[in-house]
Amino acid sequence: MERKEIIEKLKKIIEPYVQDQEAFANINENTDMLNDLKVNSANLVDIIIDAEIEFDIEIDDDSAEKMVTVKDAVQIIEQLTAK
Amino acid sequence: MQARSPQNRVVVTGMGVVSPNAVGLPDFEQALRQGKSGISFIPKLEELKFGCQIGGVPPLDDATKEKYFSPLELRYLKATGIIYGIVAGVAAWEDAGLPVPQEKEAEPDWEGGCIFGAGFSGAEAVRDATYLVDNKNVRRLGSTTVPQVMYSGISAYLGGRLGLGNQVTTNAAACSTGTESILMAAERIRMGYAQRMLCGGCDSGGPYVWSGFDAMRVTKRRSNDDPTAASRPLSASAAGFVPGSGAGALVLESLASAEARGARIYAEILGGAINSGGQQQGGTMTAPNRKGIVRCIQQALNNAGVQAKEIDAISGHLTSTMFDPHEVEQWSLALDRNGKDFPYISSLKSLIGHCLSAAGAIESVAVILELYRGFLHPSINCEDLHPEVTSIIDSDCIPQKTLIKEDLKVIAKSSFGFGDVNSCVLFGKY
Repeated sequence: MERKEIIEKLKKIIEPYVQDQEAFANINENTDMLNDLKVNSANLVDIIIDAEIEFDIEIDDDSAEKMVTVKDAVQIIEQLTAK
Repeated sequence: MQARSPQNRVVVTGMGVVSPNAVGLPDFEQALRQGKSGISFIPKLEELKFGCQIGGVPPLDDATKEKYFSPLELRYLKATGIIYGIVAGVAAWEDAGLPVPQEKEAEPDWEGGCIFGAGFSGAEAVRDATYLVDNKNVRRLGSTTVPQVMYSGISAYLGGRLGLGNQVTTNAAACSTGTESILMAAERIRMGYAQRMLCGGCDSGGPYVWSGFDAMRVTKRRSNDDPTAASRPLSASAAGFVPGSGAGALVLESLASAEARGARIYAEILGGAINSGGQQQGGTMTAPNRKGIVRCIQQALNNAGVQAKEIDAISGHLTSTMFDPHEVEQWSLALDRNGKDFPYISSLKSLIGHCLSAAGAIESVAVILELYRGFLHPSINCEDLHPEVTSIIDSDCIPQKTLIKEDLKVIAKSSFGFGDVNSCVLFGKY
């Protein structure tokens, strides 16, 4: 899957949980989901579940903990979908 | 509860309702005046081989849901009891003219709290979670399971929506829950611990809530082809309750607080009582100790400082079972009134079924509308009044048609529940 396509799908997944719309409008690879987008930390597990369903992958706990920025998430999804 | 005094008066300043026969106060008032039934056939119950295949499910449309919930919330909220409770609760707060915070940095309302009743309000969420767990899929539960299945889910959601900074909790006393919450909230205000309290009750409907009652054979069977005639409180042909669901919500406020902000006052909480028959002297898990009920009613009168002769009408618990005549007898004993001297008595369950933990709350909203607007809704399906009822009270005491009654001053509302628990509240015209 193209990186661009992953980012677009990921943005759709994250959008409902975002509490800072301005930061979301300026989203880039270095955007931090908790600190920049103000996603409630409890909702990170929901984003992971939504991503698992969307990309048909399974994100283990170690990978989930590393998903801090958009870049982290894209890299993990890239690796898993490449398998 | 602390007795009523000029210094601790509590009034009702806001209401919200999600009832099987209408959603929202204007439609609900119209449904009451028309004697509109909210009971219908539910194909899912037939498919699942229920004995009772009818019930009361509120007509909550998508437009109303979208008004109260974000698309994300609508995606994950499965617990219908919580959905009904949030709609009724937020509507009541808005109806009272109280502010709903629009941003997360607002100061909490330290003098505003919530005691909101729940029964099995998270039923659907519990079911979904159980399937995931049993299929070894725990991690798919996500972050939204706990708030929906925890007992205090409804008060937790409402407290957050409204920015409440006083006590935020959930009460449960089976079918007495809704009425109990009103009394607990009123008590907190009388004690001076809060100025405003949101109270009421909510419950889910459907197979997972109603199945236990179906198995006990306490719901109405053999009326599946005639849903609106199935709930028959006070009739000779009452043969089981019709299950319902929904939510009712009231904003209670100290009279001082209501007057200070120029709030509209629907009615006054004159007083009430909560007790239990101890499951002694004939009382069991499912049947009341009759002495407990009489005592509860008399304590409510004492608490309110109201004479038995001042009661204009009674909104009974009256579920459409063999216990209905007993309840009439206990009211007659408690008030020492009978025949033509007995107050009006009716059952909203004839129209909406038994909404379990929401029952007392929805029925209280109806009572307050009746006091405020000056009418009594019909208690339908009792053309064949039970002979034991008419041996105690005159048949004219039971309104079978809507009555316009501008002079109503005091209406009593009682609720009883499994565990032999009782509650009785007296509402007064303000």
